[in-house]
Amino acid sequence: MKKKIKIKLNGKFKAINYNSTLFNIVQKNKIPLSKVAIELNQEIVDKKKIKSINLKNNDKIEIVHFIGGG
Amino acid sequence: MKKDKFIISKKNFSSRLIVGTGKYKSMQECAKAINLSGAEIVTVAVRRVNITDKKKPLLMDYIDPKKITYLPNTAGCFNSKEALRTLRLAREIGGWKLVKLEVLGDKKNLFPEMIETLKSTEVLTKEGFKVMVYCNDDPLMAKRLENAGACAIMPLAAPIGSGLGIINEINIRIIRKQTKLPLIIDAGLGQASDAAIAMELGCDGVLVNTAIAKAKKPFQMALAFKNAVIAGRQSYLSGRIKKTLYGNPSSPKSGII
Repeated sequence: MKKKIKIKLNGKFKAINYNSTLFNIVQKNKIPLSKVAIELNQEIVDKKKIKSINLKNNDKIEIVHFIGGG
Repeated sequence: MKKDKFIISKKNFSSRLIVGTGKYKSMQECAKAINLSGAEIVTVAVRRVNITDKKKPLLMDYIDPKKITYLPNTAGCFNSKEALRTLRLAREIGGWKLVKLEVLGDKKNLFPEMIETLKSTEVLTKEGFKVMVYCNDDPLMAKRLENAGACAIMPLAAPIGSGLGIINEINIRIIRKQTKLPLIIDAGLGQASDAAIAMELGCDGVLVNTAIAKAKKPFQMALAFKNAVIAGRQSYLSGRIKKTLYGNPSSPKSGII
């Protein structure tokens, strides 16, 4: 069995494969990259570089977009 | 007639009505109301993507940011740190530099927390943002925001979503006299005539959300606000008559049979 790590994605814990990249998460969750912004541990991530960002245990990812608001 | 320009941060707009995109029953309803309102700028909020329900409709699929200017806001932020984080993320989504800063101070009355608002305005301006600032109707604070680099002053008419209309006309008039920045009434309007009054006070525009979205007939109200803003602006530019205590007949006094 592949080794797993635990991350928090938009406030929810997820177990993912060890050695996953941020790109893997985006792909798996079908995130429309051009319409979102991504934070990793409260630092904004350059969307162009997500393929080279390896995730570590306890990483916190926030993926946000625009919704209706006043 | 000289063209009446509405310029925010060097960009020219023809509609002086800015609308919010919250509180609608559906994205379709929101998009249609915006279309009817004639608004060219809409406010939007930054929130987490719904990871579990991927079929949830996206705002950008209904309101095209290439045609309508998105104005990301910081609604729901109660301090400078949260507001800065939100707007930096908003910029990252697609290069948005024109933003609406809104730092709230109290969950019940939703009044702006002006110390945090001022601090945030300074930081954001230094980072290259063009900051339209939601604020209370205090001329002194409005001046400080202007000095801090705000690109538009957006005082409330009344608490957000209250529908009370402009509570303090005098302060709005004073702010109008002291600033050349775009002055936009933001929050608290309840009906179209409130928007007309704001425009007649000399405001450059109004921002409306709840009054349209929660009207019994949002489409009709969107049109009503559109017309009220145009009427109010024309009325302001036309130079109203002086108020007098006594009557003054409209028909000539001579030649009466």
